[in-house]
Amino acid sequence: MKFNVEVRIKLKKGMLNPEAATIQRALALLGYEVENTNTMDIITFTMEEDNMKKVEEEVEDMCQRLLCNPVIHDYQITIKPED
Amino acid sequence: MRVGVIRFPGSNCDRDVYHALKLVGAKPEYIWWDLEDLSYLDAVIIPGGFSYGDYLRAGAIAAITPVMDGVRELVKEEKPVLGICNGAQILAEVGLVPGVFTVNQYPKFNCKWTKLKVKTTRTPFTSLYKKDEIIRMPIAHAEGRYYTDNIQELWDNDQVVLQFYSENPNGSIDGITGVCDKSGLVCAVMPHPERASEAILGSDDGIKFFKGIIEYINRG
Repeated sequence: MKFNVEVRIKLKKGMLNPEAATIQRALALLGYEVENTNTMDIITFTMEEDNMKKVEEEVEDMCQRLLCNPVIHDYQITIKPED
Repeated sequence: MRVGVIRFPGSNCDRDVYHALKLVGAKPEYIWWDLEDLSYLDAVIIPGGFSYGDYLRAGAIAAITPVMDGVRELVKEEKPVLGICNGAQILAEVGLVPGVFTVNQYPKFNCKWTKLKVKTTRTPFTSLYKKDEIIRMPIAHAEGRYYTDNIQELWDNDQVVLQFYSENPNGSIDGITGVCDKSGLVCAVMPHPERASEAILGSDDGIKFFKGIIEYINRG
């Protein structure tokens, strides 16, 4: 069975995000006064597995071992079976 | 005295480190990222650069290569391991030193000479300095802001190696720009000692990092 996987990687709450701060300042230059600007990485892929549980376990493992740095990141995994 | 200089696709300070090791009389050799058995080496240096294009996070992909398993084994054998700049980011990603080196507070590539304070002399690389000695070495990074969620533990365990002096050019916590593991044998520094290894480069303050390795190995 094929699954579509999406991993969203965000900096933990309270962590300084210089990229977001720069974007917010740039928006202000254009006259847009916005707050709480944030950026995140989204990684998507498809994978073949027998069942959803197996995919969850493997993607969790990927996050811990490579995709995220647990010192600074929170992540959110979304898995959908391919239609 | 065989000192390995690890090369990844994108390493670019490998030849400078090789040269600095030659200056102090070591026998440096280049090690490619796919070599796993490093047991014949006396010490290893992971030089700076942009391994794997800094994709994902600086150092993240180099951290999962076979050579880093070899580095872990060296650490178990109590042999010195030094990571400089991208090498420091890799050691943090692997978890051999605590914390992380992430995007500078002012997010641009920052290349300049800095003054640094040597905070501990118990590592082989800093054993020839005096504690709190001020030295000059350049930094060159965009992802060098040191962060750890347990700063007090770092100070309590004497794991702070280098601290920026008189300015904090990247926003590192407590101005920290060099840390070591609990043993002191694994050391990760953002400034480049190899770029300050001869007077003609503007400073030779960094050469003691390499002399210290030789001294440590000679002591057995």
